[in-house]
This record gives sequence, C-alpha cells and structure tokens, in this order.
Amino acid sequence: MATLEIHDLHVSVDDREILRGVDLTVKQGETHAIMGPNGSGKSTLAYSIAGHPRYTVTKGSVTLDGEDVLAMKVDERARAGLFLAMQYPVEVPGVSVTNFLRTAVTAVTGEAPKLRTWVKDLNTAFENLAIDSSFKERSVNEGFSGGEKKRFEVLQLELLKPRVAILDETDSGLDVDALKVVSAGVNRVRDAGTTGTLLITHYTRILRYIKPDHVHVFVGGRFVEEGGPELADLLEAEGYDKWVKGAGPAKAEAAP
Amino acid sequence: MTDFAIPTGREEAWRFTPTRRLRGLFEPLADGGDGKIVVDIDTPAGVTVEHVDPREDARVGSVFTPTERIAALAFEGTKQAIVVSVPAEARPDKPVSLVVRGEGGPSYGHITLDIGAFAEATVVIDHIGTTTFASNLEVKVGDGARLTVVSLQDWDDDAVHLEHQVAYVGRDATYRSVVVTLGGDLVRINPIVRFTGPGGDAELLGLFFADDGQHLEHRLLIDHDQPHCKSRVTYKGALQGEKAHTVWIGDVIIRANAIGTDTYELNRNLVLTDGARADSVPNLEIETGEVTGAGHASATGRFDDEQLFYLMSRGIDEAVARRLVVRGFFADIVERIGLPEIEQRLMNAVDDELANVERALARSTS
Repeated sequence: MATLEIHDLHVSVDDREILRGVDLTVKQGETHAIMGPNGSGKSTLAYSIAGHPRYTVTKGSVTLDGEDVLAMKVDERARAGLFLAMQYPVEVPGVSVTNFLRTAVTAVTGEAPKLRTWVKDLNTAFENLAIDSSFKERSVNEGFSGGEKKRFEVLQLELLKPRVAILDETDSGLDVDALKVVSAGVNRVRDAGTTGTLLITHYTRILRYIKPDHVHVFVGGRFVEEGGPELADLLEAEGYDKWVKGAGPAKAEAAP
Repeated sequence: MTDFAIPTGREEAWRFTPTRRLRGLFEPLADGGDGKIVVDIDTPAGVTVEHVDPREDARVGSVFTPTERIAALAFEGTKQAIVVSVPAEARPDKPVSLVVRGEGGPSYGHITLDIGAFAEATVVIDHIGTTTFASNLEVKVGDGARLTVVSLQDWDDDAVHLEHQVAYVGRDATYRSVVVTLGGDLVRINPIVRFTGPGGDAELLGLFFADDGQHLEHRLLIDHDQPHCKSRVTYKGALQGEKAHTVWIGDVIIRANAIGTDTYELNRNLVLTDGARADSVPNLEIETGEVTGAGHASATGRFDDEQLFYLMSRGIDEAVARRLVVRGFFADIVERIGLPEIEQRLMNAVDDELANVERALARSTS
C-alpha cells in the first residue's frame, strides 16, 4: 500500500515563506481534494512535492512508503511513483509526443514497452482522452490549446500509472465537455485502485465528476479545515471568506 | 600576391570572427605552408579523381574567383589540387568519399568538383585531425545535373579551418549542400551559390554544434542573377558551454534580371546553457519586383529549466532529456538529407557531441 506522508512542510520562494507547516497523508486508492483561494499556496505544495528547483524546503518531510522524497532528484521522484499534472504544461519544441511518451514510460517502468502492446496502448490512450492521433507527431504541448494541454497531462497520467498523482488545477480553463473527458480519465486511474490522488482545485465544479474521499481547505500556506465530500458543498455555498479573514494576506504566486 | 588588404577585424565580413585565433592565415604561408594534409579517396566506378598542379590544369579556377583575402591566398598558394570529375549523364552507384585528414601545421587546399551535364552524384568530404587549414571547394554543376555535397567538419578541438565552398549551378541543375560542423577551435565556412543558367535549384542544409570555447561560423551567399531559380536554406545550430560562439550570416541577393526567383532561408539556434552566444543575421536584397517568393526567418531559443523540469518530472533523467531535445531539434534537417548512411552518421556524431558535453557537465558538478 503506497503512502505519501507530508509532515510539517515549510517551503519558501525567494526567501518568502509560502507553506507554513503542511501535514497530509495520502494512501493508495484515496482521493483528496485540496481547495483554496488564489495565492493560498496550493500550487507551491504541488511543485514542492514534484521537486521544482524554484521552491526551497526549509523544514519538514515528505516520504513515499518511508523513502525520503525530498532527497530525490525530480526524475527520481517520478520513477518512485509520483506524478504531477501541471497547471501550465510546458512546451518542448522538437520533441515529438510519441518519442516523449515512450521515453517517459521506459524511464518510469524501467523497461522499454513492447512494440505490439505499446501501439495499442497509445491508441487507446488517445481515444480515451479524445485527442486526435495527429498529435502524436507534434512537438510536446507546442501549439496545443489550453484544453488540449490538460487532456495530454491526463493521458500521461493514464500511461504512467503513478502511485500518487497530484493534479494541479487540471480543471481550470476547461469547458464542460473537456472537463468530463478529463474527469473520466482521472476516474479510470482511480478505479484501478493503485493510485492515490491529490486533486488541487479552485472550484467545486470538478468534484461533481470526481468524488473525493476527503476535502481539505488550504488557506495561507496550511490546511485550516478537513472533512468529507460535504465540506465541498459548504464551500460551494459560502466560499472561502470564513477562513481567509483569519489567515492574513495571500502570499503565494502562481505556478511557474 | 592577392589584391585583398589585410582585414582589421572591424569589417562587416570579419567583425564576428576572433581574428587573433587565425594563426597568421591573413599572411601568405611560406611555400604554401609546411603542414601536412592527407586525403584518402574512395572513388566509385566511372568517377575520376586526379591530383593536379593548379597552375597547369585549366579546370582549377575555371569558374572560381576568390572574394576574400584568405580564400585568395589559399587559391594562389595551393601546390596541389584535387579534381573530381563525374562525366555527363553518369550515375555513380555510391558516393565519392574524400577524407581530408590534418596531421598538424598550416596548409592550403583546393578541391574542384566537375559534374557533367545530367550526371547524378553525391560527394562526401570528411575533415578530421588537427590543422591550420585555408581551402577552397569549387563546384561546377553541369546543366540538368544533380549533385549533393556533404561537408563534415569533425576536426580535433585545436583545428583552425577556413573554407569557401563556391557552387556554380547550371541550367535546370540541382545542387544540395549539407554542411555539418562539429569540431575545431575556429571553423569558418562560406557556402556560396551562383547560378550560371535559368531553372537552377539550390538547397543548403547546415547543422552545427558548438561547445566550450568553439567558434563556428557559417556565412552564406546566394546570388540570384539568373531567372527562375530557387533556393532554400535551413541551418540549425546548438550551443553549449562557456564561450561557445556560433555565427550564421545568410545573404541572398536577387538581381534585377532574376525574375521568378523563389527563395527562403531559415536559421534556428538552440542555446543549451548559459555562457554561449549565437549570432544570426539574415540579409535579403531584392532588385526586382517580379519574384515568386522571398523570405527569411531567424530565431534563437533556449533549452530552459522549465522544459528540463517538465521532462524530468516524467522520470526522464537530465542527460536523456537534453538528448531528446537536441536530437529532436536536428532531426528534421538530418531526415532531409535522404542518405540513410549519412543520416545515421550525423545522428551518431550529434550523440558523441552530447556525450562530450555530459562528461564535461559531470566533471564540473563533481
């Protein structure tokens, strides 16, 4: 049973403290929604776990099955089973989608996928996410629309089958049709039961399609409330005001 | 002695070149230089290769006229030239291979490629070893002929090489030039295309990869002074390491009589680390209003930390990520060469460059 444990995590960007003591445990098969207003540090949490060099951990620990995640390089974290679906996926000109996917799957699984099953798996993944197969020959994320980038993130999630998936505002900027396609992808991964999911979102809309087991409210760089799915309904009705007032000014910046 | 004055280094043609690293090539080499250059030649049936005295053989310099001091000194000072002749309508079944190996010291060189009408041939010129070398490549593409020339600069790290590669493209002839520059301390290649009849087609492909301290310069000139000719230029360069410097100059002139000209040139550079510098200057000079197409594009991009983070966040280690990006960047040029054996060699050469760079990075971080 894979378990991601975050304990008393403090993170700074350019000497400004953004995360101020985060505690969270995510077990395989569980889905945790992390909700919070803009600037609360949600993305900082996501990128810190993935190991983005811009974020400095000043205190605390992150472990995956007891292994020290913070001591690992970015690629080692991914090979250990972490996956981050980014809010703003990066364009990589010159690297074709197929070549990228094959290289990533090879790196994460430790062996090159067998050609026969690979072609089939790839086609299925593209169909599932409703991405035209012409995208296979294009450069990674180059010229993709916002929605296409998000769908491509979830396509990677399905192919890489991580032990813990962090989805950073995967729902933002999607129309309802795209949101359904993306949610169905996340649910397929969830239903396999081998992935723990950390769903970071600003809106409750996606929670109509992806039912969380736990809902956490994140304000001012730490969790301020925790509950079941009913907490999302409360947020939908009342917003974040109740927590924001006591938390001081928002501090975090947007994701890189 | 040449009519060209010694450049001060401030001239437009020399302003990017570190002239102090030219090892005296602005002055004539005494007795043509005391360096040693060995040329190994593999000639397919039907092709003639001769070593000739350039002063005695009318084919040497029959079309070529030097346009710069070093090219002129090399032309005047060469003691022995190589003439490769492909007879009219011949189609050799494999490429002509010339391996030019420097064994130290300063030298001049001259190669003339004389391609007969309607012949179809490929010539591959490899440059390896160490040298201080000023040379000229004179290419005559006969009417209706099709010629591909691959010039690979794979010199040792300390080599200095300056070469003018001047092609005279005949009526309805097709000339493809592939210039690949990887090695050398200072390499400066001037690919020049002149058309000698209407309907000519020139495609110039270039690939260069500069690392620590290397100066790799390519100065192209396509002179459209015949009607209905076409030219395409695609040069791509990667740079990595302290003081890696590349220069790409693309001059295209469309003369008043060159109606129906169709030209496009493109240079893309990929800067992989801090401390490297890519200069890119396209120039298009149009003297007629009746062109079919004329354009250029130049862009220098960086392989940045965000791209690296994205690839690594998918489990791909840093060295593989870098290789993915660079191989992808060069792939469209390499694939366009159309010679599988050459393509494989070029990709291997690019991988070797990357491996060198990775070793250097590993040393600097350990």
